[in-house]
Amino acid sequence: MVQLMPDEEVLEVLKTVDDPELTNVSVYDLGMVYSVVLNGGHVSVTMVPTFAGCPALDFIERDVKKAIEHLPWVDSCEVKFSFEYQWTTDLITDRGKVQLRKLGISPPPDHYRVGEEWTVDCPYCSSSYTSMENVFGPTACRSILYCLDCRNPFEAMKPVIVEEETA
Amino acid sequence: MSKIIKTPEEAKQNQSYKAALVELLYQFADDDFIISFRGSEWLGLAPHIEEDVAFSSITQNTMGHATMFFQMLEELGEGDADHLAHGRSPGERRSSVYLEKMNGSGSYIEDANYDWALAVVRNFLYETLKRVKLEAATRSSYEPLIFIARKILMEQTYHLAHWRLWIQQLQASTEEAKAKISARLEEAWQEFGDAIELGPKADDIHRFDLLIDEETLKKRWLEKVNEVLAEKYESLPKKKLGNGRIGEFNADLEQAIDIFTAVYRTDVEAAW
Repeated sequence: MVQLMPDEEVLEVLKTVDDPELTNVSVYDLGMVYSVVLNGGHVSVTMVPTFAGCPALDFIERDVKKAIEHLPWVDSCEVKFSFEYQWTTDLITDRGKVQLRKLGISPPPDHYRVGEEWTVDCPYCSSSYTSMENVFGPTACRSILYCLDCRNPFEAMKPVIVEEETA
Repeated sequence: MSKIIKTPEEAKQNQSYKAALVELLYQFADDDFIISFRGSEWLGLAPHIEEDVAFSSITQNTMGHATMFFQMLEELGEGDADHLAHGRSPGERRSSVYLEKMNGSGSYIEDANYDWALAVVRNFLYETLKRVKLEAATRSSYEPLIFIARKILMEQTYHLAHWRLWIQQLQASTEEAKAKISARLEEAWQEFGDAIELGPKADDIHRFDLLIDEETLKKRWLEKVNEVLAEKYESLPKKKLGNGRIGEFNADLEQAIDIFTAVYRTDVEAAW
């Protein structure tokens, strides 16, 4: 067995902490972990929230803290959300995208730019013959769509990106 | 360009800078908070199920934006964010009186005789204003405000697009729809005036480069709303209901506070 460095160990733990509203999609794979700083037995995790109005943030903070403090060498863990860094849907990892599809949620398009047409493939049959039913879905980060090929309703992550500076 | 102030501690070192900053943040926070409350009263009552999902999603997210502004005020020593949202008296609030206005007669529980044209017009005018203010805030001298403004802008794009679509659709719809939108716009031009103002510290807010000056704000807002309105307005809205930026309010705000603090008052120490 390969001996992990402590910071790698923390990241491995973060890959097991799910977003409370997205089963089997970890906060790490959603791109919410900005940095991990170790100071002896104390771990500081800086995270970036997906949507500001997300009511799950307090639960995420609690779950991350609890999971990391479970590591035998960790005395304490501090989790903080920072708005200094921007979360965008481009931060979702490849594994995150796979896991989202398993939940019937299409990942956001790669390298989307504001104003571009946005097509979403069905997470079940991969068809692009889909229609947007509602930009707004059950949580702030999701939209509701329908696949006209396999006749399944599904969801998609809204593309969220940093807008280019307008003059 | 003024020096960039990076932290609340740094802002606190200059009393007049801090006072202007706090004033501006209360306006952001209180506007978002009250329009979210009025939005929440529509839950289950929107014209159709998809709109119910959309409007409640926007409302929840906007309430999250209010929370961020209240937290910034907390960091500046204004007190606990929950208290700022729930514990302040009507006269201490800085929200626009037009945004506080009831959705219609009745309550959301009984005889809710709410007017969708008011909801569409009010949210469209407000989200357009919010965009202009946030875009200006991305060039603020207070760095935490820059970060928050960038964050909110990424999400608010969807909110504004939603209400622009409603206005455009209804303006191109039946005679009845056109007449209702038109009447609510006329009303808004009597009442929305305080929303586009920055209050008694407007000069300091501009002088310290916290935001743009009030005249530029008004001009940009009018241009943006006129891009969408079928009938263009040349003049700016008046303040028939009063000026919330100087603490004026009416019975509608008291009604709102009474309802949204009902649970809070049962146990102000509770963690939610």
